[in-house]
Amino acid sequence: MDIHEYQAKALLADFGMPIARGGIAYSPEQAAYRAKELGGEKWVVKAQIHSGARGKAGGIRVCASEDEVMEAANALLGRCLVTNQTGPQGKLIGRLYIEEATDIAREIYLAFVLDRAFERIVCIASSSGGMDIEEIAETDPDAIVRVPIEPAVGMQDFQAREIAFALGMETTQLAEAVKALKACYRAFRDLDATMVEVNPLVVTTDGRIIALDAKMGFDDNALFRRPQISELRDKSQEDAREMKAADRGLSYVGLDGNIGCIINGAGLAMATMDMIKHVGGEPANFLDIGGGASPERVAKAFNLVLSDAGVDAILVNIFAGINRCDWVAEGVIQAMQKLDVRVPVVVRLSGTNVELGRQILADSDVDLITADTLAEAAEKAVAAARLHQSVSAET
Amino acid sequence: MSIFLDENTPVIVQGYTGRIGSFHAQEMIDYGTNVVGGVTPGKGGELHLERPVFNTVKDAVRDTGAEASVVFVPPPFAADAIMEAADAGIRFCVCVTDGIPAQDMMRVKRYMQRYRREQRMTLTGPNCAGTISPGKAMMGIMPGHIYQQGNVGLIGRSGTLGYEAASQMKAMGIGISTSVGIGGDPINGSAFRDHLERFEEDPDTRLVVMIGEIGGPQEAEAAAYVRDHMQKPVLAYIAGLTAPRGRTMGHAGAIVTSAGESAAEKVEILRAAGVGIIMRPSEFGNAVAEALQKL
Repeated sequence: MDIHEYQAKALLADFGMPIARGGIAYSPEQAAYRAKELGGEKWVVKAQIHSGARGKAGGIRVCASEDEVMEAANALLGRCLVTNQTGPQGKLIGRLYIEEATDIAREIYLAFVLDRAFERIVCIASSSGGMDIEEIAETDPDAIVRVPIEPAVGMQDFQAREIAFALGMETTQLAEAVKALKACYRAFRDLDATMVEVNPLVVTTDGRIIALDAKMGFDDNALFRRPQISELRDKSQEDAREMKAADRGLSYVGLDGNIGCIINGAGLAMATMDMIKHVGGEPANFLDIGGGASPERVAKAFNLVLSDAGVDAILVNIFAGINRCDWVAEGVIQAMQKLDVRVPVVVRLSGTNVELGRQILADSDVDLITADTLAEAAEKAVAAARLHQSVSAET
Repeated sequence: MSIFLDENTPVIVQGYTGRIGSFHAQEMIDYGTNVVGGVTPGKGGELHLERPVFNTVKDAVRDTGAEASVVFVPPPFAADAIMEAADAGIRFCVCVTDGIPAQDMMRVKRYMQRYRREQRMTLTGPNCAGTISPGKAMMGIMPGHIYQQGNVGLIGRSGTLGYEAASQMKAMGIGISTSVGIGGDPINGSAFRDHLERFEEDPDTRLVVMIGEIGGPQEAEAAAYVRDHMQKPVLAYIAGLTAPRGRTMGHAGAIVTSAGESAAEKVEILRAAGVGIIMRPSEFGNAVAEALQKL
């Protein structure tokens, strides 16, 4: 789960990370009021969406008067901001963060990630702040410091000092830098984060250290014990269909193709999508309905896939392990009888009681195409999608 | 022979009396697995499925000589259950539970390092279908009847994709020595590499099939191991050719976040290490048959 910049900053500040003063605004008037409340002469109006690279996309405006703040807020609120991470539809700006402007002397890249090779929380830092880490890795890989943290004892002061010195911090900034680094680590550990990124962490012209931007991601599997994090969820930032799927216990990822997929198991789902691609088609989605593949889940899955207008055919590929193909076949037939399915449906069953399952599909009067093997299923789905596309183009 | 598990291996079930634990324990018993009892804290002394229930894994090991354990404990308590098994002297543990917090697994891995390598429990999973030595025994949730006994070692992350591979092979008369599920989580108990090592030593395994997917460094580590240490041929299929970068594809660990983690990159790394690539998921049966013929 992702959260907004202002939420991440508030969490990090609780652990001792210094941040600039700021406030949240849902309307232009509120934005101007926030600026007045903060005082000073310069403010930054920051669009709160779940994406990086907001600056380049025009989502961050520096303003020198309350009127300018109001104008900027007016221009941003309610708009969809398209960044290089959001996809072409962008993400809705529903709230703004109004922050006092900071005079920057240097920018630093700082992140903590759960590294799968080390199986540790790893601190990644670079004195080339402001760029994203892939960019730094390409242009100046030696400028990146990586320090794995021992989980039994946590981040030690000496590790934080080593990182601070590697980043070229002045002796006078050392205590502050150590505090900032350990704040990030503790927030990561205590809140079950998967990622904390402060990019940039800045040194101000008067020598202070401040998190100028902050991004945090959290482990969905740990949300059961982090209710205060679950509350920060902003559903306007999530794909509506994916959210609907998650609420129904299905795992869905929307893609650009036209063949809808209903499959049990994540690996088989990916493999089936690969198979579609190999025979010249494009999958419209990833959808794992879970190992069990009960009739209720199959019905929910049909609903979900049919809500994508770009779908020209549906491929159902179920491997019945503990359950049985005859039961899955009944479920598919029931779902299709209840729903208004106007695209061709290809069904491939395998596993326990496969002959019985296939017989049930063959005997039913529901209009579906059956296939015995994975390759045959993919080929039939691609052909059916092409036919459906050309027929609907004519009518 | 087989690795980790055969018809004599004494197995206990953690989370034995729960609905899911009971169901799969019965399936395991029906398949021929030597299930000697189970653990549910607070229910020690009862009988369940005609076998004793224990309060602790230590009690179960002492009274039954259990060597292997399969964990069906819910996510909030699963890490604790794994560490209990490791501490009680269990040698081989399958954790089926899906949804364990990643930092819990990080701590489990750290905890297990307190044992010397030769005393350390081998953990497979979490979020895996389990391990089966066809015709002998199984620990997990897989349908036993789709596997035929034979000489191919199978290591995979995914449950149903592994079933697909096993049934394609069975349809061509090809059997499996042992199939090991390592699970779809970002931090798992053991990796492809660990099991390649066991299969290389197993006299009844003639070749090994790896079923990997996007995300993480483990396929690349396996590639280096095959190149430097394996005599037996290894085939691999990597799922997720069409998966977009930065999106989680069902499995918590199936996400491309850095270089080398996409399916295309993993295929190249494996190919360069001398691993035979199965390009399409419809070709498991044919590819294995062809490779066996060359031996």
